[in-house]
Amino acid sequence: MKKLLIALLFSFVSTSAFADGHSPCGVTDGSIKILANEFTTYRIFMDEVKSCAGDGADFSVTHSVDHNKLQVAALSANPAEFSAKLVTNGSITTLMNDNLIRPLDDLVAKYGSALQDNQKIVIDGKIYAIAFMANAQHLWYRESILNDLGIAVPSTYEEVIAAAEKIKASGKMANPYAGAFKSGWNVAQEFVNMYLGHGGEFFKAGTAEVSINNDKGVAALNMMKRLTEVSNPDFLTQDTNAVKEEWESGNVALMHVWNSGAASLLDDEGDQMIKADTRLANSPSVGGGSVPATTLWWDGFGIATNTSDENAEASFRALLGAATSTEMANANPNATIWLIDGYSPGDTAGPVVDAANRGAAPYPSLPYMSLLHGALSTEIVEFLQGNESAEKALADVEAAYVAKATEQGFL
Amino acid sequence: MPHKTFFWFFFPSGLAMVLFIGLPIISSFFQSLHIEPEQILMEVEKCDPFGCKTETKVDIEATTKLQEEQPLGRFNGLGTYGDRNHLAFDQIKEAWNNSSSMSNFIDILLNLPFYKALLFTLTFCFAVTPPVVILGFIVALSINTLTKSLKGPTIFGVILPMIVTPLIGSLVLFWMIDAKGILGATIQYLFDDPNLSLKSSSQLTWITLIIYGIWHNTPFAFVVFYAALQTVPQDPIEAAIIDGASRYDRVRHIVIPHLYPVATFIILICLMDNFRVLEPIIGFAAEGVAQSLSWMIYNDLRSENKMLFGSAGATSMLTIIGVAFLLTPVLIRTWKEFRTER
Repeated sequence: MKKLLIALLFSFVSTSAFADGHSPCGVTDGSIKILANEFTTYRIFMDEVKSCAGDGADFSVTHSVDHNKLQVAALSANPAEFSAKLVTNGSITTLMNDNLIRPLDDLVAKYGSALQDNQKIVIDGKIYAIAFMANAQHLWYRESILNDLGIAVPSTYEEVIAAAEKIKASGKMANPYAGAFKSGWNVAQEFVNMYLGHGGEFFKAGTAEVSINNDKGVAALNMMKRLTEVSNPDFLTQDTNAVKEEWESGNVALMHVWNSGAASLLDDEGDQMIKADTRLANSPSVGGGSVPATTLWWDGFGIATNTSDENAEASFRALLGAATSTEMANANPNATIWLIDGYSPGDTAGPVVDAANRGAAPYPSLPYMSLLHGALSTEIVEFLQGNESAEKALADVEAAYVAKATEQGFL
Repeated sequence: MPHKTFFWFFFPSGLAMVLFIGLPIISSFFQSLHIEPEQILMEVEKCDPFGCKTETKVDIEATTKLQEEQPLGRFNGLGTYGDRNHLAFDQIKEAWNNSSSMSNFIDILLNLPFYKALLFTLTFCFAVTPPVVILGFIVALSINTLTKSLKGPTIFGVILPMIVTPLIGSLVLFWMIDAKGILGATIQYLFDDPNLSLKSSSQLTWITLIIYGIWHNTPFAFVVFYAALQTVPQDPIEAAIIDGASRYDRVRHIVIPHLYPVATFIILICLMDNFRVLEPIIGFAAEGVAQSLSWMIYNDLRSENKMLFGSAGATSMLTIIGVAFLLTPVLIRTWKEFRTER
């Protein structure tokens, strides 16, 4: 009788498991080592990954703002230093170029029944990553300051500058605007936004030949220069996290940062007066264009090629558990825009949806884009400091790109 | 020492030097002659949350096959050395033919990454080394006169900048000179300019880096000078005191000549160390305005794409040549002294 009961129970468990696929969570063995960027939303996600992994697996996560620079070296080794990497449409191409992340079709078939189709990043018919959130940079403003001075919420960058100058003239703030202009990845990203906002194309169609030294490139640089003039003079050393600190210290009334910033800007820590006054606005357009000067991003995860199948499966299961966790998404509705089934967006999702509706482009997923991004990150700095003309800076970017792309075998 | 004894005495360290210094240099040199194999591109369909479209991607199979055929990459000879990111021969030739004046030519030259980095590296070397030697000497002299009970704690305090990891030291200073940091705010107050920021202009950043370099390197000079001061013979000093020589005269005519070889050693090491300056540039987030040769190597190996081994190898070779050039005068001098002493 007892045996029968166990058998019945067993068959019940196995049928239910068949009914909704294998449950991803509760990993019993293997090693899960994840490399990820550092910001609050990722911390929320990683907490969920950790609780999904359970105690059976060896779990560790490395958060670093330099994740993009570490990823190639860390995943090239065999066995790789990390079994999984949180990727975006920006960083996945670099990993794809070197075959450093593996196709996930088998694992998705086994565990991924709760995934939505738009979470699957399919390249040439194979799933290479699972997306869990969408993100974009957009405008943030301090409502009381704009109201006091009778300034309407800016919808173009020209209006942003006029508003910033008005705030500056009123004496309320010395440097009312902030953007992540830190020399390196951040300042290059600002150029990418601004150049796309002007309707520019980075490469001659279908080739790796760069073409940014044109009127749109010059206009984009000049607009960045004007923005830095109403920013903190230390703008070249401020990344997104530093800009958010400036905001929380009340030094800034307008800024252009990531939607996922809401997770830390609108939490219960810090000055609640500033939090109550913080508003999100759509990303501005620029130069008379209709497209907002921003790029759309998805964030997801990929699994290393150079790791054992066992570790790959363990890592996939734990990450998938979080990437399909409706509870996590709905418990943190404003942390970002989750792509998870059953998630009802919070009130901060508006600007990203607006950017997508108005035709903002996803960040270009081209194999040689990161080389151009790298060339931009150092060569436009001298222009922003006023030591060089815009044309000269763009010519330098192109020349630096050509030298690197030649060495990499793209040209 | 008989030659045989010397050989066996030197053998272990010689072997280690060949293994851990010689071979890596040879390997970097070979790598610098190669560039990555050609990347074969293909058009594929990509789908993500924002929709599906046809995009370019690297053909992994074909490219991997090429890579297996040529693990070192394509042979490029000295091509990498001459490209725009290194010695930039073509660009210099063009600038020489087209520039209107000498200053215009120099502007173009210093806009090229390698020469820009070389200028900063050399400026840093020659601005940091002399103050380090002089300050180190003065500090060593002063501490040598302290009473015994004070010496220990003072020495500890003085060598602290050397103990602190360069990256941490520069980060601490970076936050102190922030517009809202204690040093940054004080400087703004003193100059009565609320927009003055040490991080915003190239010149001020360079000066900050140089001051940091002096702060960080002085303890090294101090330690060596202080050790050497303990070997200064007391007899001539006592004789000089009896002859009525002032403290300055004693230092000038007895101590300094005695410490001269030590100073040469310190200059040698400091020049070599400072030519490889990297950590403060990272710590002060100064990559935008101050790039050194080592920073170029670092940047090639931590770029967001594939690591550029060829480019990094070429810069490493050029750095080694640079160090050799820099040290030649000092080495020739030491050699001559060595010969006359014999």
